[in-house]
Amino acid sequence: MAGSSPAEYISHHIQNLTFGRHADGSLGFAHSAKEATEMGFWAINVDTMFWSLATGIFFCWIFRKAAINASVQNPGRLQSVVEMLVEMVSTSVKDAFTGNNALIAPLSLTIFVWIFLMNLMDLVPVDVVPQLSHLLGIEYMKMVPTTDVNATFGMSLSIFGLMIYYGIKVKGLGGFFGELAFHPFGKALLPVNLVLETVSFIAKPLSLSLRLFGNMFAGELVFVLIAALVPFYLQWAFSVPWAIFHILVITLQAYIFMMLTIVYLSQSHETHDSH
Amino acid sequence: MNINLTLFGQAISFAIFVWFCMRFVWPPVEKALEERETRIADGLAAAEKGQQDLESAAQRAEEILQDGRDKAQEFVNQSQKRADEIVEQAKQAAVEEGERLLVAARSQIDQERNQARESLRSEVAGLALSGAEQILMREVDAAAHREVLDKLVQEI
Repeated sequence: MAGSSPAEYISHHIQNLTFGRHADGSLGFAHSAKEATEMGFWAINVDTMFWSLATGIFFCWIFRKAAINASVQNPGRLQSVVEMLVEMVSTSVKDAFTGNNALIAPLSLTIFVWIFLMNLMDLVPVDVVPQLSHLLGIEYMKMVPTTDVNATFGMSLSIFGLMIYYGIKVKGLGGFFGELAFHPFGKALLPVNLVLETVSFIAKPLSLSLRLFGNMFAGELVFVLIAALVPFYLQWAFSVPWAIFHILVITLQAYIFMMLTIVYLSQSHETHDSH
Repeated sequence: MNINLTLFGQAISFAIFVWFCMRFVWPPVEKALEERETRIADGLAAAEKGQQDLESAAQRAEEILQDGRDKAQEFVNQSQKRADEIVEQAKQAAVEEGERLLVAARSQIDQERNQARESLRSEVAGLALSGAEQILMREVDAAAHREVLDKLVQEI
């Protein structure tokens, strides 16, 4: 953004395009970070929704295409890539998941590919899409959905819901709460157990979403900082190595999110007979 | 860092994508993978079987070949034996024929000699008679000296 100070440039780049009800009661987009905060809970980050849906639909489309044309005899390139991913996820699930649940593998595949694609948006140069949207009259545009806590929490809370659902389904209501209440120290120290186990249970989705959000937000911020503070003719010297390193980060984060989901859901399916 | 409705929007789209993946993506790909796996396993098993078949066929061919060789050898031996027999028989027949010819020749010789002796005897008797006639200058009565003449013929 020509003519703005680095601080303005940075804060502009980390602001979502938020649609909601203004303080005066009219509906519309927030024009500053302050307005967006004032909209409170009943607002929606249009850019996050758009890019996450776009990547998600892209995932569904391309994988469905490969699945329809799946040939046993001569798989094409696309099919080979899809099969590689499916096998990778399948192996991970077989290794880490002890129960028997048809949902886990497709869930893990969706998590891995979708998060990877959303993270991948990070590698698009930071100014390209915001500038284009600016030309179209859109004020804010954050392209990477995983740098929005709403996106990461949306997923991790869904998984948290699944953990509770399967915990209760497999172990029964008593078994589920019994694990929270009697687990580390036995019945004598019930309150201590309850506090410890509840905290660690709730920490799971929290750490899951904050890890992804933190990594991606920090990565995005580094790109923005390079763009804001380094002269344009030297930016490549910083942004290219960081982008190459980031290829590793985005894949790793997607993989970690998937693996931890499998592990957490596997724990929900395990019954402890020791207590 | 505002938590807002996007949270639910994300959760809902997440659920839809997972459902879509579970319903429309995972099963066909998994099926294709499994089918390929079984096909490869079948193919390997078939190759193994083919290899075994090949080996047993080669073994059978070797047996048949050996059998043929044995038979041929047997034929050769038999015909050799038969040839020896024929030669032997021919030899035998030749020897017999020779002997037979020899015997026949001998008997003919005997016969001819007897005949010659016979004619010679009567010739001698006649000669002796005519010699005696000339010596005595008179007719000798052949009937009167028949006995002497026969005795002479016998002595020749």
